This record gives sequence, structure tokens and C-alpha cells, in this order.
Amino acid sequence: MALSRLVALRLRAGHAGVQTRQKLQSTGKCLLQCLPSPYNQVFRNSSSLSNVPSPGGAAYGIFVAIATLGGGVYVCRTLHRDKSRFHDRLSTINSIRESIAERTDSSFSKEQVEFREADTDKQEKQRGEAVLPSHVPFLLIGGGTASFAAARSIRAKDPGAKVLIVSDESDPPYMRPPLSKELWFSDDPYVTETLRFKQWNGKERSIFFQPPSFYVAPEELMSTEHGGVSVLTGKKVVHLDVRENKAKLDDGSHISYEKCLIATGGTPRSLPAIERASEDVKLRTTLFRRISDFRSLERLSSKVGSITIIGGGFLGSELACALGRRAQRSNLEVIQMFPESGNMGKVLPEYLSHWTTEKVKREGVNVISDAVVKSVSYKNGKLHISLKDGRQVETDHVVAAVGLEPNTELAKSAGLELDGDFGGYRVNAELQARNNVWVAGDAACFYDIKLGRRRVEHHDHAVVSGRLAGENMTGAAKPYWHQSMFWSDLGPDVGYEAIGIVDSALPTVGVFAKATEKDTPKRAAEESGTGIRSETDYEGVVQLASDSSTVTPSLPSPAQQGDSYGKGVVFYLRDNVVVGVVLWNIFNRMPIARKIIKDGEQHADLNEVAKLFNIHEE
Amino acid sequence: MSYCRQEGKDKIIFVTKEDHATPSSAELIPDDPNDPYEDHGLILPNGDINWNCPCLGGMASGPCGEQFKAAFSCFHYSQEEVKGSDCLEQFRGMQECMQKYPDLYPQEDDDEDSKDQQSPEPAPTEAAPTVTEEETSS
Repeated sequence: MALSRLVALRLRAGHAGVQTRQKLQSTGKCLLQCLPSPYNQVFRNSSSLSNVPSPGGAAYGIFVAIATLGGGVYVCRTLHRDKSRFHDRLSTINSIRESIAERTDSSFSKEQVEFREADTDKQEKQRGEAVLPSHVPFLLIGGGTASFAAARSIRAKDPGAKVLIVSDESDPPYMRPPLSKELWFSDDPYVTETLRFKQWNGKERSIFFQPPSFYVAPEELMSTEHGGVSVLTGKKVVHLDVRENKAKLDDGSHISYEKCLIATGGTPRSLPAIERASEDVKLRTTLFRRISDFRSLERLSSKVGSITIIGGGFLGSELACALGRRAQRSNLEVIQMFPESGNMGKVLPEYLSHWTTEKVKREGVNVISDAVVKSVSYKNGKLHISLKDGRQVETDHVVAAVGLEPNTELAKSAGLELDGDFGGYRVNAELQARNNVWVAGDAACFYDIKLGRRRVEHHDHAVVSGRLAGENMTGAAKPYWHQSMFWSDLGPDVGYEAIGIVDSALPTVGVFAKATEKDTPKRAAEESGTGIRSETDYEGVVQLASDSSTVTPSLPSPAQQGDSYGKGVVFYLRDNVVVGVVLWNIFNRMPIARKIIKDGEQHADLNEVAKLFNIHEE
Repeated sequence: MSYCRQEGKDKIIFVTKEDHATPSSAELIPDDPNDPYEDHGLILPNGDINWNCPCLGGMASGPCGEQFKAAFSCFHYSQEEVKGSDCLEQFRGMQECMQKYPDLYPQEDDDEDSKDQQSPEPAPTEAAPTVTEEETSS
């Protein structure tokens, strides 16, 4: 039907174009006839003024006539082309609308509409409840992990504190790691609604840090006896006046504060190739970050035939493994492509990156390494990805996991410094940007006393920096000292924890033993009783199983051991000092790694240091 | 026997259990217990309670934070023979407050099964409920 409409439009356009042309031609003829007369008058006049004869008068007239006709033809052609292009565009848009309605379930689009309606409903409701606090003691901009950690810290340090979180998301603060890990492994068919995941020890929890009853309604915040934490969702701070200590929201309201935290996080980057591509391509691309992205990708994973993930870092690899597992139950094809030669190529040394890639492939992912995307187009109902080396990939949907752009729009109005090397707001070791303004989380480029200026985009860093910012906002003045850690799981069988500067460009020393079946992330979580790996730190006790008699690796021959990186520890060195550690398939040793980095000593033999980790034991 | 390999700038060492059996000769700098920068556990060096300890989870920061702090402080400084026996009023206040938020503070008097089915516990760490359990049972 669209096709016939298209043809009809085209005919109409052509017909109109012909009419236009005819009109122009007639105008041209008219011009031809008209032009010589005024020209002739001028000519006559000029010739009467000057005594010089003009021999090419007629030729000149013909030249002008031809030029006019040429101009007329050009104008008519352009009009016709524009008209047909306009009609083409309209028909393409119509065909998109139709194809979307056909391709997706009616329930899918209905749910999308529902979510959007829920959002606007909420926003309208909030606007209706016009009594927002005009002043709060603690204003936290951004409703993510860092902000929540700061809120908790402020409440712990300052009795009765009143904290307002302003978030442009529609959900209260939640943790992101399960969005690319645990939520995908859940057996619950309603996981996208409940957002609860079962940890390996069987305990269930929600990704939300606290249920809604934890928070005080914003309009009651200033009158609550013992204070509390309020969350204003669906609102964005667009202007920050540091001199007057005032913030302006996108709905025009103002809130003044005494202390302010900027924890605005970041926005996923897109590929230039996708930015240049058509709307058809962009509609089929997910920039994965939020709950809504998880929901839509989860839905898509059971509807489309092929999903391609562009990006080989943490997020890309985790999503690839999660979708790869899904694919084993369905007809889904999962492709992952990235410019490096192996997964986590910028983090792990080459040999380990290649080993990891094999593991990802075993999870059911078609990994295409050394792949630089040149262009993405939409043809015949499929996305076509063209790589620079000529390879072509056909797929239904693209997930871009190519980095995060820190949200620093407030820098201009607030007069805050941005960092050119790492991006983000530049803050000192105490996370302070300016008087009464702190920054924490993904958006903070801070001075690390031990490791130098850096910006870290990990969950535990958001918690640690948020907590520290909260302490400093209540008068502590402590620098960033407790090194945050991060972790990644590639499916439930292999995982690693890391701390410090883990950059594959640095020289590394890896010490490995042969892995037994007992070394899995599952085991680690079972022993410590938690699912979020960073929390095993806070148990305070390094749990090492005393059962070493069952673990007896045989004496390996060098050739055999060459390819088996079962478990071990990798040290990253800068000027012979350990600045980063990866604990490969061994768990609950983070305090030792943290201590080694804190010491900052030059160790002559790193094998001796590796002994501290007891890599052969559980 | 340990086996070593070099791949460009990266060194790889494979070790057996026997290789790592001898104690490490690596020297670690002893920690300063009074380091002002360090994070502390539940009890600060001066004996005060560290309300910001991750081990407490959200207990000190939630809606019943004040009552919890009052009760726990009283218990901590209690000199009675049965520690905390002079803090019954604070604990009662905390209990009353917590009953108003059943999904934040799962009621201890429910049996084990229903506790698992209830809404999420208040903290990312599970140490917090055990802390309160110890307090109220003593």
C-alpha cells in the first residue's frame, strides 16, 4: 500500500513538475519577448549618448536571452527536484511508521506509550504539586549511585539532615551493574517489571537502593522532624549560580542550597557512523545505560533475529555474554565487534585479552575483532554494517557500548573547570570544585594522591566518591584515599576483580596457577553472602577457605601451561611501582591488592608479592 | 618449578603450589592506626561509632536513623552488666519507628520464610539486619 501511495505521490509530483516547467517556459518565452524591448530602449538611449557604435548588440541580446532561459530551466529543475525529494521524504516517513507498527507487537508500542504516559503523568503530577522546597541545606544534582551514596553519608554524619536529590531519570536511585549482568540471568519472566535479581546465594534484591518508602516527599522535606532524603524525579538542573548558591530547574523553578553536589554521571557515546546514518538506523540502535534501555533490549532479544554489539569493553562484553546465553535458548544471533584485537583489549594484557575473547565466543557470541565501523545503512529490512576492511555484517539491531561522555553542561553557568585530558569536572583531592560545590562519580575528574589525576567510571568508585563527598559536605575535608575497585563477570563461570590503574598499555607481570572447577564468581558470592562484589570488601574479614588438600595442581610442563590462565594475579607497573592489580578468578583478596597499591613500593620480585595472594587456595 | 615467559612488555609467570609454599619476602609498610585518611570500621580510633560504616547499611540514614543512633549509642556506651539493659526506652522507640516502615525494616518476629519473600532489605550489605537482631535479642 505504501508503494502505491509512493507511486501516486511521484506521479503527482511529476505532473506538478511538468506544470511548473510549462509555466516557467511560458514565463521564459514572455521574458524573451519582453526583455529585448526595455533593453532596446536602454541601448537606444546609450547609443544616443555615446558616439561609439556597439556592433555585438544583437549578439549580446541573444546571450542575455539564453542566460535567462538557462536560469529559468535551472530554477524549474531545482523546484521539481526539491518537490520530488520532499514527497519522497514524506513517503519514507510514512513507510517507517507503517513498518514499525507491523514489525513490533502492538503490546510493545502500547507499553512504550504507557511508559511515556507514566513519565508525563508523573511530571504533570509534580508540576501540580507546586510546593517544592525553595531552599534545601543539601542539594544533590543527579540521582545515581554517587548521589545516593552521598545522601546516605550526609544523613549518617549530620543528624536530621535534609537532602534533596534532583534526577532527570524517572526512577529513584538504582545500581547499574545488574542491568548488564544479573538481570539477564534471572529466571523470572517479569524481571523487567520487578527489576529484582537473585544473587548466587539465593537471596533476592532489587536494583533500587531503597524502596520508595525510604524517601520523604519533596514538599514535606523541610518540615520533617528528623530530616530525610527526597528525590525529585523527571527534573533537570539547567543552571547553577555558584555565587548566589542557587540552582534553576528545567521547569523554571529555583532552589537555593547551602552545599551542592554534582553527580550527573554521563551519557553514552554514539558512533560517528551511526550519527551520520538515516533515521531507520538510529531507530534500531540502542545506547545502553538506563533501566529503559534494559527493558527495550530485553524485549528485543526475543523478537529479532540478530543483535550486534559494537564495543569490546566492560559493558559491551558483558552484554554480549548475557545475550549469548539468551541466544542458546532462542534463535538469536549475537555478534560483537570492536577495533581491538580481543575483548577488554584496553584493560587486559594481550594474552589475557585473547583468552577472554575465546571465553566470550564460547558463550555463544560471534566475535569480530579488529573491526572499525565505516558506515551503517538500512536496506531491505536489515541493518548493513560496513567495516573499513571491507567486511559486511547484516543484523537487525545494534547496541553501541563505545564509552561515556560525562554530563558537564552546568560548567558554563556555574563557572566550573573542565578537564581536557579525561573529561568531566576538575576537582581537587577532596572532590571539591568550588566553594560549596563538590563533584562525585563518573563526572568527576579528581586528584588521586597516590595515582595522580584520573576519572573513573565504575560502580564502586561512585559509591566511594559519593560517600567521601558526603563526608566532606558535612565538614570532613578528607582526600580520596580508599582505592575503589571494579569487577566484571563473563558469564557465571569466569570473573575478575581489579583495582587501581588497569591500562593494557602499561607493562604487566602476571602470575598464574592452574584453575580448578572451584574458582568461579559463583563460589565467591556464596562464601561472602553478597552478590555485588564490592561489598565483600566491607565484610572486614578476608575469607580464605582452609581446605587446601583437595587443590593439588600437577607439575605442568611449560608447553601445556602456556595457554591456561586459570587463575592468578596481574600487576600493572608504572616506573616499577604497582599501580594496578587484576585478581583473575581469585576472590576476596582485594584488601591485599589495595594495600600494595597504597604502599607504592618498588618490589624487586613480583613473584614474592604474588605469594601474598595465595592463588592456589580458594 | 615456576616457568616464565615474556610477551613484549608483559611478563607471564606460572607457579605451582610448591613454588608459593615458602613465605613471601615482599615487605609491606605497617599501617598507621591513627591515619586520619583511612576508612575505619564500625568503631573509630577514639571509641566513637562510625555511623558512615558501610556495614551499617542504611540503618543510620533512613527514616528511623535518629532512633537507631540513639539506641545503638546507648548500647555501645552502656556499662551495665547486661549490656544495653538501660536502653530499653531507646530500643522501644526504634522498634516503634521501624514498625511504621515494614518494607524497609523487615519485622524480626516473622518466620524465616516470609522474610525472604518480603521486599528488599534496607541495605546492600546483609550485615545490618544481623546487627539489629543482635541488639534486640540481648
